Amino acid sequence: MEFLTDIALLLDSTIRTATPLVLAGLAGLVAERSGIVDIGLEGKMLAAAFAAAAAAAVTGNPWAGMLAGVLASMFLALIHGYVSIAQRGNQIVSGMAINIAVAGLAPTLANFWFHQGGQTPLLGDDARFSAIVLPFAQSAESVPIVGTIYAEILSGHNFITYLTVAVIPLVAWMLYRTSFGLRLRAVGENPEAVDTAGISVTKLRYQAVLIGGMLCGLSGVVLSTGMGAGFIRDMSAGKGYLALAAMIFGRWKPVPTLLACLLFGFVDALQGRLQGEDLPLVGEIPVQFTIMLPYVLTVLILAIFAGRMDAPKASGIPYEKDH
Amino acid sequence: MEQPFAIETRGLSKHFGDVRANDELSLIIPKGTVHGIVGENGAGKSTLLKMLFGFYRPDGGEVLVDGVSVQFQNPMDAMGKGIGMVHQHFMLVEPFTILENIILGAEGSSDLKAAKAKARAELRELEEKFGFDLPFDEPVERLSVGVRQRAEILKALYRGAETLILDEPTAVLTPQETEQLFGLVRQLKAQGKTVLFVTHKLNEIMAITDDVTVMRAGKVVAVRKTNETSAGELAELMVGAKVARAKSREETGEHKVRLSLDSVSANGDRGHAALKSVSLEVRDGEVLGIAGVAGNGQTELLEVITGLRSVSEGTLRYDGNVIANAAMMTDPITLRRMGMAHVAEDRLKTGVVDSMSARENAILGYQREADFSARGLLKLKDIAARAAAYFESQDVRPRNPNLPIASFSGGNQQKLVIAREIARDPQLMIIGQPTRGVDIGAVTKIHDQITELRNKGKAILVVSADLDELLAISDRIAVMCEGEVVGTLKVEDADEQTLGLMMAGEKRKVG
Amino acid sequence: MAGANKKLPLWAEAGLLPALNLLAAFIVSGLVIWGLGEDPFVALSLMIDGAFGFQEAIGYTFYYATNFVFTGLAVSVAYHAGLFNIGGEGQAMIGGLGLTLAVFLVGGDAPLLAILLGIVGAAVFGGAWAFIPAWLQAKRGSHIVITTIMFNFIASALLAYLLVGPLQRPGGQMPESADFPEGVGLSHAHDLFAAIGFSFEESPLNVSALIALACAFAVWFMLNRTRFGYELRVVGKNHSAARFAGIPVARMMIIAMMISGALAGMMGLNEILGEQLRLIGNFTLGYGFVGIAVAFMGRNHPVGIILASILFGALYQGGAELAFEMPNITRDLIVMIQGLVILFAGAMEHLFRDPIEHLFMRLRRKEAV
Repeated sequence: MEFLTDIALLLDSTIRTATPLVLAGLAGLVAERSGIVDIGLEGKMLAAAFAAAAAAAVTGNPWAGMLAGVLASMFLALIHGYVSIAQRGNQIVSGMAINIAVAGLAPTLANFWFHQGGQTPLLGDDARFSAIVLPFAQSAESVPIVGTIYAEILSGHNFITYLTVAVIPLVAWMLYRTSFGLRLRAVGENPEAVDTAGISVTKLRYQAVLIGGMLCGLSGVVLSTGMGAGFIRDMSAGKGYLALAAMIFGRWKPVPTLLACLLFGFVDALQGRLQGEDLPLVGEIPVQFTIMLPYVLTVLILAIFAGRMDAPKASGIPYEKDH
Repeated sequence: MEQPFAIETRGLSKHFGDVRANDELSLIIPKGTVHGIVGENGAGKSTLLKMLFGFYRPDGGEVLVDGVSVQFQNPMDAMGKGIGMVHQHFMLVEPFTILENIILGAEGSSDLKAAKAKARAELRELEEKFGFDLPFDEPVERLSVGVRQRAEILKALYRGAETLILDEPTAVLTPQETEQLFGLVRQLKAQGKTVLFVTHKLNEIMAITDDVTVMRAGKVVAVRKTNETSAGELAELMVGAKVARAKSREETGEHKVRLSLDSVSANGDRGHAALKSVSLEVRDGEVLGIAGVAGNGQTELLEVITGLRSVSEGTLRYDGNVIANAAMMTDPITLRRMGMAHVAEDRLKTGVVDSMSARENAILGYQREADFSARGLLKLKDIAARAAAYFESQDVRPRNPNLPIASFSGGNQQKLVIAREIARDPQLMIIGQPTRGVDIGAVTKIHDQITELRNKGKAILVVSADLDELLAISDRIAVMCEGEVVGTLKVEDADEQTLGLMMAGEKRKVG
Repeated sequence: MAGANKKLPLWAEAGLLPALNLLAAFIVSGLVIWGLGEDPFVALSLMIDGAFGFQEAIGYTFYYATNFVFTGLAVSVAYHAGLFNIGGEGQAMIGGLGLTLAVFLVGGDAPLLAILLGIVGAAVFGGAWAFIPAWLQAKRGSHIVITTIMFNFIASALLAYLLVGPLQRPGGQMPESADFPEGVGLSHAHDLFAAIGFSFEESPLNVSALIALACAFAVWFMLNRTRFGYELRVVGKNHSAARFAGIPVARMMIIAMMISGALAGMMGLNEILGEQLRLIGNFTLGYGFVGIAVAFMGRNHPVGIILASILFGALYQGGAELAFEMPNITRDLIVMIQGLVILFAGAMEHLFRDPIEHLFMRLRRKEAV
């Protein structure tokens, strides 16, 4: 029975830790499907985490935090869009620049406003997105298996996690069932075809980048006001890059990307569980090694499933009208 | 009262920096006719088309459609006025189906499913009217070039095109596919559409058009009724002088086999069988031409010969010595030292490094030779001297080897590449697309050079998409189709019709 | 053709453009400082004074600059081979580890040998840490930006483990190794100056500054004077042309990355062998990332990299002084400035280049008339 509880807890925290990855992974997917590589997910996530925590701390309202976080991320997305689309700059360099600038700016502002050494104050439960217990969860707990799944795994997540569950089909629907999605996918494959069809490449790509900014903003918001209770220096800890790797592993498609993010979430949950555990045969694994797990997994995934075979053909290449 | 013209331009001009790409063009295209526009590379045809299609905005002059002056801000405006364009490089999204490509940008509904259903019904009518039969739900990447082109034409018609601009439509077609296209063009004309047929192939102009406009250096130099002119007259108008005749081939006698391929197979980049049991011989003192529709194994053939692709079966020999088989391959540097030179078919992608200077490009492939480096160090003075010598011998302009190679015209780039490749007096030349993107003046010079090398007893293999070119310079022509050599003809026995059937895989011949 | 008269004169290409990029980054930074309630001009003068105002400050400025020359060269060698190496941070950490292991292996009996092997250890370990991402990129097409970042995280965790485990100072509590044996360390500038009769205030500036200069020269020589450098640049610009020219593309990419990693690894010479004389967890302090800004700012040319390194050295040193004087400003701000410099110098190249090229074309046309 204890084993089952362990599994339930593990899956529960898989869902929790996968949330920001899924949001960021979809953000990267939408941008890249339009031809804009977004290595700046990390920076946008961090900026959103900071803005959300700061706004929530000042107003005591998590919704204000969400708004601030999403806006901050969309602002950075706009900068990346401007550099990539209007300036025809190197998209990887632009993304890295944003990551580094935010890594400096966020703690500077945190220090200026809150004087807590680059953090924001600890958020009270009212100021963050706390666990929502789904209806009847308590009474369902006694029902074997189904009840456990409902009560332990599905219930008790924050609002943004449930929002994410809705966002996934929404993004998939947008990409594959709407004319906008058709155009967006087309512009990442062959922008010239889109241009000659009389559709503005520039506008489409800005739209995609902004949608990505919004989704990525949510992933930062959940980090500081859902999973955590405040902003901590470097709290994104490479999740933006993990999300990008998950997107590559997921072949630039929503559902496989979701599954890849869940895998990462699971590994992250596992590493949390393994800390301090005495395992048979190997004994206790030093915490530094369990921390490495997601990063090592990323490298392995990229090593095995790399290649650009499925990548949108025009991704990363600035569109120039005159050749 | 006379009917207004489908398209008329008055004093249309466009310049890029100092270059006058289009200079005061005035054109008249009557409704319901097929109008040809000819001119060599760089004559300004593409610029004109892009203005007619709203892709560029003119710097001066005006465009009239149906007698009304129009100002296109973008292609959407042009389509709104009934102008459709089929680009030389198809504007299709490869993973999308034909249907998705056709509705892209003209969906008419934000719900994709509804948009598709609506389009399907309308397309069925168009299909009937013009005699199309297209696999709508097939992804474009799986379709042949001819089918893709018809999809492009249908796409334009679906958007309500009354005037269709076809830009170099036959460049990638077999002669038989070209015939099919002509049939479609006649059908379009019969239904009252106007067609603007842009090409540099004069025989096509003679075959399909009613009128023809000749462009040279950004200007209209002549307008003729097609049945009142000749290919010869048009050629002279295009070039502005009598066309020089190519150097004649001298008798070189029977020579030994320089390069031989014996049942060579190789895989392409996507792992498919790109070459299937190809056997060929090139002898000293002859030019072997390789014909075929692009993408039928010619690229891979060049690559296996020049040490850039491994062989899965069969044997390649140079002067009787094995240079590649399933177990080994010889690297390009060794091949060059053995006497093989390679003019790459895609110059900007492979033959040069476009952002490097002409001087640095002058040693590409030969950087390890003692002339240019010793003990790991570059001999900068010798390299500069050699580059200057190449510029001199080939009359490359502008005479500044320090400029990036990308800032030279295609012809000047190619001249430099050829100078580099013949500098070591190679015995075997492997040449891909010798005159692609090269202006006519330079074409003759390059053809002469190839003939001269042949007359001196060199063995030469030329891959070209241009049948006229192959017929002009080859001794024998081998035709490739789907990775196989479907036949080899002596040039005396070859004509476009036979070669075309072989390119389409409908006829085999061993000669 | 258009490209022919588009080329800018050297002074505009190498001087004016970087200066404008820097100016843009500084203006945005100035606005942020102003937003933090401080006077950006006062901040600037405090920074300049803090970086160059007195001998010790100058020593510190050049000490930091030394780190950046190593990491900047590292980024640029990879960049010339067409690779974006974000892994300087991890390569520097592992380089520091190699250095430390070599020093302890030799011990204090032969200090000179320990120093020499330490230098070799730093380069070899740094290069080796770059090998796997390089191999994965060259052979498998794995995105090198992501893999090198992952290797930064892995290196950091590995070092953390070693410094609280096997390598920890016996009986110590901090994540650091035991001190290097007596005499194993690079001489300080002030000692060298004293030896030839000049007095110079104490600072951590040490002999590795000269090693960094030698590396810069070696990189320049390699890129411009050797066949290897020529082939490396061809690979960086065009894989297909490189294959055509008989250059083994994958091997060149791997070698270039290993040289890059070795240069990043040698950052430890300055920090570990020059100053700390022991291995400390996370001693790299983000200097690996500064290398990216330095490389773009310096137009990937060794001379430019040296100048950009001095600039960033001054930013770091001046910034530390500034943080002391202005409570609202922390060293984090310098990290932001780095990001802005990368943005303006690396990603927004066309912002100033296009207008200036236009200007020069117009001027030339006037001259011609």
